[in-house]
Amino acid sequence: MSELFAAHGLRKAYPGVIANDDVSFSIDTGEIHALLGENGAGKSTLVKMIYGLVKPDAGTMTLLNAPYAPPEPRAARGSGVAMVFQHFSLFDALTVAENVSLGMENPPAASKLAQRITDVSEDYGLPLDPHRTVGDLSAGERQRVEIIRCLLQDPRLLIMDEPTSVLTPQEVEILFATLEKLRAEGTSILYISHKLEEIRALCDRATILRLGKVVGHANPREKSAAELAEMMVGTALHRPERELSPPGEVALEVANLTLQPANPFGTALRDVSLSLRKGEVLGIGGVAGNGQDELLAALSGEALCAADEVKLHGQPIGRLAPPARRKLGLLSAPEERLGHAAAPDMSLTENALLSANLRKHLSRRGFINWGAARRYAEEVIEAFDVRTPGPHVAARALSGGNLQKFVIGREIEQAPEVLVVNQPTWGVDASAAAAIRQAILDLAAEGCAVVAISQDLDELMEISSRFAALNGGRLSEPVPVDDSLTMERIGLMMGGAHDMEVAHNHPSQVPA
Amino acid sequence: MDLSAINPVLLLASLMVAATPILLGGIGELVVEKSGVLNLGVEGMMITGAIAGFAATIETGSPALGFLIAAVAGAALSMLFALLTQYALANQVASGLALTLFGLGLSSLMGQGYVGLKPPSTPKLDIPLLSDIPFLGPVLFQHDPMVYIGIAIVAATWATLKYSRVGLVLRAVGENHDAAHALGYKVRLVRCAAIGFGGAMAGLGGAYLSLVRVPQWTEGMTAGAGWIALALVVFASWKPWRVMVGAYLFGGITVLQLNLQAAGVKIPVEYLSMSPYIITIIVLVIMSSGRGKAALGAPASMGRIFHATG
Amino acid sequence: MIRLEKRAQPSKVWTYATPLLAVVLTMLAGGLLFAALGKDPVLAIRTIFYEPLFGQHASFYLPQLLVKAAPLVLIAIGLSLGFRAGIWNIGAEGQYIIGALCGAGVGLAFYPTESVLIFPLMVIAGGLGGWAWAMIPAILKTRFGTNEILVSLMLVYVAEKLLIGMSLGLMKNPEGFGFPGSRNLAHYPSATSWIDQSLGLHWGVAAALIAVIAAYILLTRHMLGFNIRLAGQAPRAARFSGVNPNRLVVFCLGTSGALAGLAGLFEVAGPTGSVTDSFNVGYGFTAIIVAFLGRLHPVGILLAALLMSLTYIGGGIAQSQSELQLPAAAIQLFQGMLLFFLLATDLLTNYRLRLTRGATA
Repeated sequence: MSELFAAHGLRKAYPGVIANDDVSFSIDTGEIHALLGENGAGKSTLVKMIYGLVKPDAGTMTLLNAPYAPPEPRAARGSGVAMVFQHFSLFDALTVAENVSLGMENPPAASKLAQRITDVSEDYGLPLDPHRTVGDLSAGERQRVEIIRCLLQDPRLLIMDEPTSVLTPQEVEILFATLEKLRAEGTSILYISHKLEEIRALCDRATILRLGKVVGHANPREKSAAELAEMMVGTALHRPERELSPPGEVALEVANLTLQPANPFGTALRDVSLSLRKGEVLGIGGVAGNGQDELLAALSGEALCAADEVKLHGQPIGRLAPPARRKLGLLSAPEERLGHAAAPDMSLTENALLSANLRKHLSRRGFINWGAARRYAEEVIEAFDVRTPGPHVAARALSGGNLQKFVIGREIEQAPEVLVVNQPTWGVDASAAAAIRQAILDLAAEGCAVVAISQDLDELMEISSRFAALNGGRLSEPVPVDDSLTMERIGLMMGGAHDMEVAHNHPSQVPA
Repeated sequence: MDLSAINPVLLLASLMVAATPILLGGIGELVVEKSGVLNLGVEGMMITGAIAGFAATIETGSPALGFLIAAVAGAALSMLFALLTQYALANQVASGLALTLFGLGLSSLMGQGYVGLKPPSTPKLDIPLLSDIPFLGPVLFQHDPMVYIGIAIVAATWATLKYSRVGLVLRAVGENHDAAHALGYKVRLVRCAAIGFGGAMAGLGGAYLSLVRVPQWTEGMTAGAGWIALALVVFASWKPWRVMVGAYLFGGITVLQLNLQAAGVKIPVEYLSMSPYIITIIVLVIMSSGRGKAALGAPASMGRIFHATG
Repeated sequence: MIRLEKRAQPSKVWTYATPLLAVVLTMLAGGLLFAALGKDPVLAIRTIFYEPLFGQHASFYLPQLLVKAAPLVLIAIGLSLGFRAGIWNIGAEGQYIIGALCGAGVGLAFYPTESVLIFPLMVIAGGLGGWAWAMIPAILKTRFGTNEILVSLMLVYVAEKLLIGMSLGLMKNPEGFGFPGSRNLAHYPSATSWIDQSLGLHWGVAAALIAVIAAYILLTRHMLGFNIRLAGQAPRAARFSGVNPNRLVVFCLGTSGALAGLAGLFEVAGPTGSVTDSFNVGYGFTAIIVAFLGRLHPVGILLAALLMSLTYIGGGIAQSQSELQLPAAAIQLFQGMLLFFLLATDLLTNYRLRLTRGATA
């Protein structure tokens, strides 16, 4: 196979951090090349340079042996480099066809484009209606829009940034079939992920990044997941230990909860029921946008429902606001760290006050005891090993992992009776993630009931005692986490392929 | 009171004239908001356009040149806002207010020597044949060109937003500036252009007030027209043709209210003249309580500061 | 090329330095403006900023400084609470007028009875009037989600019309020889807000100082103030924390309305004396500049209001002085420029400017 793309000594520095340092690697024609690394290893910066969004400080790139230095994404697309983003670059209020058109250099007329979208999407087994509004699509369908947008330009190199994080296992299979078809046609794919099993199943070669540097190249099929993980993280990972305690009495009960979403593109909760005992961790899986945020809001009290749709220790709390629920021992930590769980521009002391005021008695008759608030922030920093110069630092100045440890720690140190967390380790480096999972397990061992909402199935398997999945705002019947819970079964609970038909049995009509 | 003194033909004809300033201001602001920017400085740009157009017309004797200068002046002032919000990343609400306060001061300073003067009148188009149609002729076809230019601008804006590439990019930038940036579109440039268009339209609207509708220069003569234009965009749920419908409804109320005053209705003038403002409030309430669907028309990035990282 | 880099934390130094920088820049740009108008820029700036404080008639102007600053402080303090929370009351001018009308109405109703109770009643009526006027946008916002910016502003025009109606009708001085305007409350001992006119002291000045202290305590020591700041900086985090956004809207609009109403009442019962159609001079709008210039901080607002008051008085001198005859509009423009420069220099607080050499790669 001939070399399609190569990077030589790429370097990119941001104030205080070197995102990429002397990065070199190459991609062959018709190869699926994995870019493997933890959060913060510099994968995103690297692909942004390839896609022309960021200019390298040093180093060169070549495409088909010719110098390649795209000044902007347009130029990259013109050279045949296309990208499917992790956080979709889509426009909710526009149609599929308009979204596709925006990603093309010379889009054909509207009617022609619609026809081509339909054709190409069926060829590649990703059926899509060009006239639907993107905001109404599921996460899997939205990804299809991005992929189709790229495919319509016949790319030589397709960059995919963490594409499976929004898919059910069944949808992942469909995607992989599409990617393999593309490979067979000679398209190269740069596949970015931190999921080792996926990479071993799909990719031909892997480049492993750690702290901005290439630490090795490997053939992923010849390495075990553990070996790859060690290359990625640098040390052998500590796996959380689970101490099973017998479940206690029922702590949280949700009965037939139905709730309209707060924003027009949100998901309604439909008839959600669950019951949770002390000492249990209930893992709730599901693809993003299936009601996770809404469920957290309904449990935390940010969204109110009928009084007895949510009960804490048998007491109806559906009409209570967050502070009243906190007083009763129900605490929560939302997914979005900056702006939801924490106020970015406020200090850690102020952020401690934000949710711990009542349980930690940080104010009296409304007057704030700043000393006590600062001491509590210091306590959390100490207990959760948050790396920061001190509690006076603004939340946004912390790294993702450190801030996540702080916001989770802020709730755990309040000794909750029920804790609800959403994506507790999203975008967090491996060591911080391990620490957070351990803290959740320890909390459960002490008798707290935990609801852990996450899109990371491995994480849920690690920490949950029971598992349920959200799909279109409905919650499946929770089942115990044991050997009978296969990926296949989990996938079906998450909605299978979401009725998105597969068209892979068609013979290919597109010339390679 | 003598309601029969109100001539329906004159009433309807003057409705189109009364509607034109806010129609222009409103359509400009619609484009600005579609690009994801909230410019509360319409009032300031409008009154600056009013005096700039007025002064230019007095000095040159040409209303056409006056309108042109007014558009340029409005656009120039709007560039201050663009500089603040797109480059200095200042809060849009505060910057818009600043623009209004600044525009009010600037206009009254510029207008020192022009109080009490009468501008040369803007010629009316007498569209042959059409203007002779009884009733419809005088109502629809005997106006100055700006009335029709205003309608043409609405039509052009509608077509551009709906069918053209430029319109699609503009909507995309207003909907999700991060995604637009990731695709390689120049968010700031698109927004500055939209702000400039909004400024030019507000300037034209202002000049229409001082050159045709009133026609003379008095300090603070816009009297909230710019703010009403802002309300019009909400009323229209960000749809160009509805801006026109709203402007005519509103123009109708203004004219009716003036006619009632003239007809000697037994309500004191001060209270009658409150009506446009009160009706604006009522309309805003009705539009906002309809929520859900109307809110979908609002560009999702509106008012948010865009700063490309990296 | 200049590149912007977001600071990890807002710069403390620039938070305090930008208002000063903005003032200096405004003086420079103002000087250019005055020069363009054919006036001596140095003389103009000196007349505006130096004359009232240290000139030969300073003893006359200094009390004026307090008189003009008091309503600005009262209104701006109220506005700053809302602005911090992302609630934009820009109709303070209307609330100011309604407060004045209600307060003056009570006073005029008692005329010519003398009682120590009349003035406190007027104060209550003034505050309530402004509060009620601000409750209109507050309730429309909480009930229907109506934009408070547009509603509060529309109500300014309604209030102005009402003011004209009142000064020509209901409140017109029966002994005023047909001239529009009410009786002069400043000459009605039980109703006047003056404490000592020669010192520029009236109850509004006292109220302004109390408002500064109360707002300072509220914002730095009290949960309500914390919630206001939180709601403005991170609305979702505020909801997570348990802040009820509707209650905040009602509190912020209500407080700013009441304070603006009080300012109107103190003004009409003292410095202006009577309800006339030109009673309001735009303090409600200038207070917006004051609030931002003072960084939405109570002490900052106090200083900014004094500065703004200085430009009013200095501008007045420059207007009447024969060598200058600076138009009144120039001062208005000057004040608008100040806000512009402040917003522009604000950038330095949250971002760092970095010069990058040439085009990279």
